[in-house]
Amino acid sequence: MNNINSSNIKTLEFDALIIGGGGSGMRASLELAKSGLKTAVVSKVFPTRSHTVSAQGGITCAIQSADPNDDWRWHMYDTVKGADFIGDQDAIEYMCSEGPKAVFELEHMGLPFSRFENGRIYQRPFGGQSKDFGKGGQAARTCAAADRTGHALLHTLYQNNVKEGSNFLNEWFAVDLVKNAKNEVTGVIAFSIESGDVAYLKAQSTVLATGGAGRIYASTTNALINTGDGLGMALRSGFPAQDMEMWQFHPTGIYGAGSLVTEGCRGEGGYLINADGERFMERYAPNVKDLAGRDVVARSMVLEILEGRGCGENKDHVFLKLDHLGADVLNAKLPGICELSRTFAHVDPIYEPIPVVPTCHYMMGGTPTNVNGQAFTRSGNNDITIPGLYAAGEAACVSVHGANRLGGNSLLDLIVFGRATGKHIQEEINSGGGLDSASNSDIDESLERLNRLNESTSGYQTAEVKRQLQACMQNYFGVFRRGEFMKQGVEELKEIREKTNNLHVADKSMAFNTSRVEALELQNLLEVAEATAIAALERNESRGAHARDDYPERDDENWLCHSMYDPISKTLSKREVNFEPNQVDAFPPAVRSY
Amino acid sequence: MSSLEVNLYRYNPETDKFPYMKTYNIEKPSRDIMVLDLLHLLKEGDESISYRRSCREGVCGSDGMNINGKNGLACITPISSVIKKNKIDLRPLPGLPVIRDLVVDMSEFYAQYEKIKPFLQNDTTAPEQERLQSPADRDKLDGLYECILCACCSTSCPSFWWNPDKFVGPAALLQAYRFLADTRDLKAEERLEDLSDPFSVYRCHGIMNCVSVCPKSLNPNKAIGEIKSMLLKNKENIIARDGA
Repeated sequence: MNNINSSNIKTLEFDALIIGGGGSGMRASLELAKSGLKTAVVSKVFPTRSHTVSAQGGITCAIQSADPNDDWRWHMYDTVKGADFIGDQDAIEYMCSEGPKAVFELEHMGLPFSRFENGRIYQRPFGGQSKDFGKGGQAARTCAAADRTGHALLHTLYQNNVKEGSNFLNEWFAVDLVKNAKNEVTGVIAFSIESGDVAYLKAQSTVLATGGAGRIYASTTNALINTGDGLGMALRSGFPAQDMEMWQFHPTGIYGAGSLVTEGCRGEGGYLINADGERFMERYAPNVKDLAGRDVVARSMVLEILEGRGCGENKDHVFLKLDHLGADVLNAKLPGICELSRTFAHVDPIYEPIPVVPTCHYMMGGTPTNVNGQAFTRSGNNDITIPGLYAAGEAACVSVHGANRLGGNSLLDLIVFGRATGKHIQEEINSGGGLDSASNSDIDESLERLNRLNESTSGYQTAEVKRQLQACMQNYFGVFRRGEFMKQGVEELKEIREKTNNLHVADKSMAFNTSRVEALELQNLLEVAEATAIAALERNESRGAHARDDYPERDDENWLCHSMYDPISKTLSKREVNFEPNQVDAFPPAVRSY
Repeated sequence: MSSLEVNLYRYNPETDKFPYMKTYNIEKPSRDIMVLDLLHLLKEGDESISYRRSCREGVCGSDGMNINGKNGLACITPISSVIKKNKIDLRPLPGLPVIRDLVVDMSEFYAQYEKIKPFLQNDTTAPEQERLQSPADRDKLDGLYECILCACCSTSCPSFWWNPDKFVGPAALLQAYRFLADTRDLKAEERLEDLSDPFSVYRCHGIMNCVSVCPKSLNPNKAIGEIKSMLLKNKENIIARDGA
């Protein structure tokens, strides 16, 4: 293959570039489509194939439908507590207070929400939800379209982007960021998967809306496409990542298959049982039982299994019991779950419980941003925004989820911050300014990785190295973590990096070459995995999803802070958590019990 | 150890003048796996095989393909349900141009989807909160909104094969009816007008392939029937209003 360089590729110029066509990307693009700015959404899959489509249970927001007295401040309190107090309270306040507007907008766009008898949007209880700042009992705050809320949301957003005439570069793969001499982001190198044509997509603003990276683990609810492409690009460009040790393990992934079974099952009245048929969450969370935070439930399940009360031949999973809800409720409220369970667990939940196990689900960390979606790096103790670079959704860490995300908050995060990012980019571009152009050598630098793969003549096989990476993360950085094991994991990752640097793609064809894409994705996974590993090893405490059996207690004195991973030095530093919301008093750290 | 014969449609535009079927003999997996897992296995041995995939749980619609002659999603089709005489044939969705191997060019399919204006149209001022809808009215959208645009139905439809540019096809018609059935949408008359030509809807002859292949158990044929009834009624209304 010929070397690709700045002199033989075309340049396509835009005002704004959105990398990723999922919920946050399409919410941002919708905002920009209406503005008249020249925008392109670069998506490696047709937008409705994005992972947002798999979200089930709903979008949590105080729209005062199930409870006319509901209050976004209660939602904020729950979110701060769920985050184990390292979520930024200015961002959480923004999300919870702006949320209702953003949800009603979706309804006006046509999202087919389920309804209450009075015609308002149906809301169901989810874990970690309370009324009156934890004192008023369980709330029902998760707005739902049956158990297909993500599908309904993603399609509605795509439909409205069609309506507004958004410009999509579908099945284009973004390879690396392009930076100018001032370290500002001026766009990306990308190629059309269909034709193999490479281009420099130049833009004033580049948004990373590339979603999560759950495929760093062997067992995950995430789609095969969730390979952390945006974060990989940012890390390779030397930009930091925040809170990467914080990975959510969803309590109910289908045993063996990994497919998600919504928390809405427990919201509707389902519960977990061990091999003795005992509803064990009554012991771990006496007040809210199966609706405790996801981290709490996942750990309780693992403890049950470790103590020999797991179900099945190998005693390595537990059961989610739903049959007592009756066929009518299951068919009306959880039809998708019934379908998934029959397909992947060979179990009909109307009659039998579903075998489930905690499964990697969500990346709380990501590229650090402010509430406008502007990505930043650090200089001493200051946040320095990176001109030209934005991030939103799971790829970003704004940080509303802190150490543990509450169910239903991720869809809210997508639309609130996708929208905010789109709005801010308009302001920024309309106010003039602009970035210096990148030089030819800057562009060539961003083409290096692609050229190296294209020109490979020997090396490691992608599928094989990916398996090693996923096994390493699963073994050493799972639900429970221990320093000595993690040290070994970090060492193994060094060897795996050697291999990902030397992958061999034997297929050199241009048209729809998926093995080239998979090799590039694996290199992104490695960046994310390494950031995760180093951050997890350094954080010497247990908080939220990060549970260490060698440091079992939360340590507010030393670790009531974000972690910032610097990919150049591969070291971790601390960043203060925001305790300065604008409209309410801050919620101080307290013991987190459910 | 029993072996499994997989016959795979292969075509690489850069090297192949014509498409061809290539046979892969592999050890039969010890447990039942999905067709998509089977493709992953084949790809590990021959990385030049191309196909689309994303969610691997039947909700994203990426991996529609023709499995032993019938369209379906690879990720939710267990091989046990399709193996015949220890053989499986895998081909791209029929009727659309092939880009490479199992990857088809879906432009015509998406163009038909866009043609039906697949978005809610309601020009009245939106309330501060949501527009209300009764559960009974919301129920009318069940069986419609769940479509994942996998194209299994449209590419199994002889009428769509014949007129992919003029016949809207079952997938897009299902969505056309999804908006006609939505009490919040106020453009029914215009929508029906756009569908009233001899091709858009009326090329459907009730062959029902769409119903038999839909991996989400949806019924485009029923929706098309509803649209036809609405078209008739709309015509009657217009005649009553404006004269023949």
